[in-house]
Amino acid sequence: MFLKKYLSDIFSAVASLLKGMRMTGYYFTHRKEIITQNYPDNPELMKLPERFRGEVVMPHDENNEHACTGCTACELACPNATIKIITKFDISPDGKKKKALDTFIYHLELCTMCNLCVVACPTDAIKMAQNFEHSVFDRSKLTKKLNAPGSKIREGIE
Amino acid sequence: MLKILNTNHSQLTTHMFEEVATTTEGDLVINVGPQHPSTHGVLHLLITLSGETIKNVEPHLGYIHRSIEKMCESLSYRQFIYVTSRMDYLSSHINNHGCALCVEKGLQIEITPRARVIRVLMDELTRLASHQLWWGAMAMDVGALTPFFHAFREREAINDIMEETCGARLTMNYIVPGGVMFDLHPNFQNRVKEFIRFFKTKIDEYDDLVTGNIIFQSRMKRVGYLSKEDAISYGCTGPTARASGVSCDIRKLYPYEVYGNLKFDEIIETGGDCFSRYLVRMQEMRQSLSIIEQLIDNIPDGEFQTKTKAVLKLPKGEFYSRVETARGEFGVYIISEGGTTPYRIKFRSPGFSNLSALNHMAKGHKIGDLVAIMGTLDLVIPDIDR
Amino acid sequence: MFSLEGITKSIDRWLNSTFHPTLALLLEFLIVGLCAITLFAVLGLVLVLMERKVSAYMQIRRGPNRVGPGGSLQTVADTIKLTMKEGLTPDGADKFLFNLAPFVVLTVAMLVLAPIAFAKGFQLWDINIGVLYISAVSSVSIIGILMAGWASNNKYSLLGAMRSGAQIVSYELSAGLSIISMVVLTGSLQISDIIASQQNGWWIFKGHIPAIIAFVIFIIAVTAETNRAPFDLAEAESELTAGFHTEYSGMKFALFFLAEYVNIFIVCAIGATLFFGGWMPLHIGNWTGFNHIMDYIPSSIWFLGKTFFLIFLIMWFRWTFPRLRIDQLLNLEWKYLFPISMFNLLLITVMAIMGWHF
Repeated sequence: MFLKKYLSDIFSAVASLLKGMRMTGYYFTHRKEIITQNYPDNPELMKLPERFRGEVVMPHDENNEHACTGCTACELACPNATIKIITKFDISPDGKKKKALDTFIYHLELCTMCNLCVVACPTDAIKMAQNFEHSVFDRSKLTKKLNAPGSKIREGIE
Repeated sequence: MLKILNTNHSQLTTHMFEEVATTTEGDLVINVGPQHPSTHGVLHLLITLSGETIKNVEPHLGYIHRSIEKMCESLSYRQFIYVTSRMDYLSSHINNHGCALCVEKGLQIEITPRARVIRVLMDELTRLASHQLWWGAMAMDVGALTPFFHAFREREAINDIMEETCGARLTMNYIVPGGVMFDLHPNFQNRVKEFIRFFKTKIDEYDDLVTGNIIFQSRMKRVGYLSKEDAISYGCTGPTARASGVSCDIRKLYPYEVYGNLKFDEIIETGGDCFSRYLVRMQEMRQSLSIIEQLIDNIPDGEFQTKTKAVLKLPKGEFYSRVETARGEFGVYIISEGGTTPYRIKFRSPGFSNLSALNHMAKGHKIGDLVAIMGTLDLVIPDIDR
Repeated sequence: MFSLEGITKSIDRWLNSTFHPTLALLLEFLIVGLCAITLFAVLGLVLVLMERKVSAYMQIRRGPNRVGPGGSLQTVADTIKLTMKEGLTPDGADKFLFNLAPFVVLTVAMLVLAPIAFAKGFQLWDINIGVLYISAVSSVSIIGILMAGWASNNKYSLLGAMRSGAQIVSYELSAGLSIISMVVLTGSLQISDIIASQQNGWWIFKGHIPAIIAFVIFIIAVTAETNRAPFDLAEAESELTAGFHTEYSGMKFALFFLAEYVNIFIVCAIGATLFFGGWMPLHIGNWTGFNHIMDYIPSSIWFLGKTFFLIFLIMWFRWTFPRLRIDQLLNLEWKYLFPISMFNLLLITVMAIMGWHF
């Protein structure tokens, strides 16, 4: 009786081990199951969904115009002081003073990609871009100015 | 009075003396961590060994303490939710969910049925992803390296779904007070159904590769026993406590969102050893799959977000809400003075209480068992330190 | 037909005709030594690459694929990196023993290489106690491991070394017993005799089920002896960080690594010699046509093919199974492998006496 249990223990143990080996053996012989990719060489496979949050950008149209009014809603919504907005006063053609964006400073090194600024923006002036390769050799390169030089606010956006 | 104090004092000293006396001449004291392959982060364990046998385990915390609770006091009710993703990063959705629930309780707003279902779907996907990672990491702890990569293949499928809808893979910040941040992606339903088909075949492979393996079973069975009484007294929750026979699933006991209307089982094992904890998690994966299957075709139409004020202000008072994360009960306790930021926030994280039972479980076992026990506790160190 | 035997014979003849016999012998020693070192280097590079590729394919990865065609030069690049790294010696370490240990391990691996027959008539030293020599010398490597663990002055290293000690001492037994069971069938300890006895069929086929049991036990025991997963307790990564070589870096670490892979090659070569006929081609009974075709494949290819098949088997174990615990490891040896191999030896002895094998 003891011997029977002893032998059946051994056989069931060996069977369970062989089951596992069959599994790894299957993957060893089936190269099409490989899921990893050669990372920088696969641009056609590296398509990120449009909602992916890589960094905050400010889209400019062909006239070099953006939609930011400088209202600082994003600056207030940001939990980590990633965004700093410097405003200036534009003189409009009819002589009125109007608050406008001077510099939109974005600290990528502080950003946690929480998307709260994009949600807070009333004019959809900023959005998340899909770029994720952010490594640089100098930390100061991570502090970015988002509005393009010479750009101004699009007509009709209040 | 003095007498009582004296006796207490003497008891205290004897107790302390015993604690100190566990380390005797000839014992080997080893620092496991803060940099060690099997502590899954920066946990520091001071273990006292007699030969290979563990006499005492003393966890030292604080290596990744970021004072998240204090940080939250200076953030508004919309802002502080993203920080909680950084606590238990493997179930970040569920953490966010707990916080959003607490804020909504304070604001007394009802969220739309669509948002409820989306939240539950995301919770269960997160739970699956978390358990998959645990499965791989746990197999790696006991020495099998291949399951880790197989687990990541399936986790990757969930991450891709998350990425498409939420915009991030790990720290989503998708759940906001009043609903969710975006609507579901148009591909979401199809991709989830595809994932369910794919994962149902793979979960059987998990059993072939690891569960049935005789070496794995002998490493797990009768190791790290935690009785029902001990599980309760140490405050263990989640799969750790359910493996000891404690019914503690918040989804069943205090149903939130749509969990009350769903058909699923609370998995309870009575073994209390590592293998029971393993089985609970493996079966929870199947339960999560069944919850997703029930919901994926029944997402109600409507708004995904209720209109809330631009600046949220909670009324003066105390609010508590709890959710079931992949590791156990996660509680959020907010004290509000009526302002835009909380006066005090306390998070009850499951990992901290589960870790406290480690010494009790590991005593008298071998070093290899300590690693296996830590694996079945499914520790996430940032969750413990906060 | 390509034959290594012819090459060695002609070199020997030329040396003896050109130089004084003593000088010729010394020159031959030198050549053989150089060949052994070259073999070591090549084996290290090839086996590490093979391990990485095998593990990658089992883990649904691609494995090394950047350096050289298909990643084939990856291990060369790694070796260059390791040689350029600083070989640290910890402050509290026993400096002499710490630096000696990797060389002890490597020297032992080199010594065991001597009686192995790589091809027909291509053998360093056809000693008449070949198998005994192998099992005697291979157990010396534990001294190197213990030395490394003790001299490192690190608790992890010490625990790893002690585990390794317990492990190798126990598994030597069943490895030895399964080797003996083959010796019983052959009736000789000499490697060339053992191979010659498998002229009409390998022992694994001729020896019925007992030979297969002996082979399984042999493979398990040598996996444990070479400290490979699932018996890699001496360097259990998730428990002891790196076990006995935690404190080693640079080339000293590389020597341990090299010795591990060379040891795998050697034990697999011994397994191939004992159970699969070494360089002997596959012969089936009276099928002269078939046997003739098999003879056309060079004997060195036969030997390497069998050895690499066994190495693959050991790698397959490593990338499938979890690690055993120290008490389970000793249980497995003393409660299962040892009694079974004792009984098996008895069975094989009866079989050899009665002449029941083919």
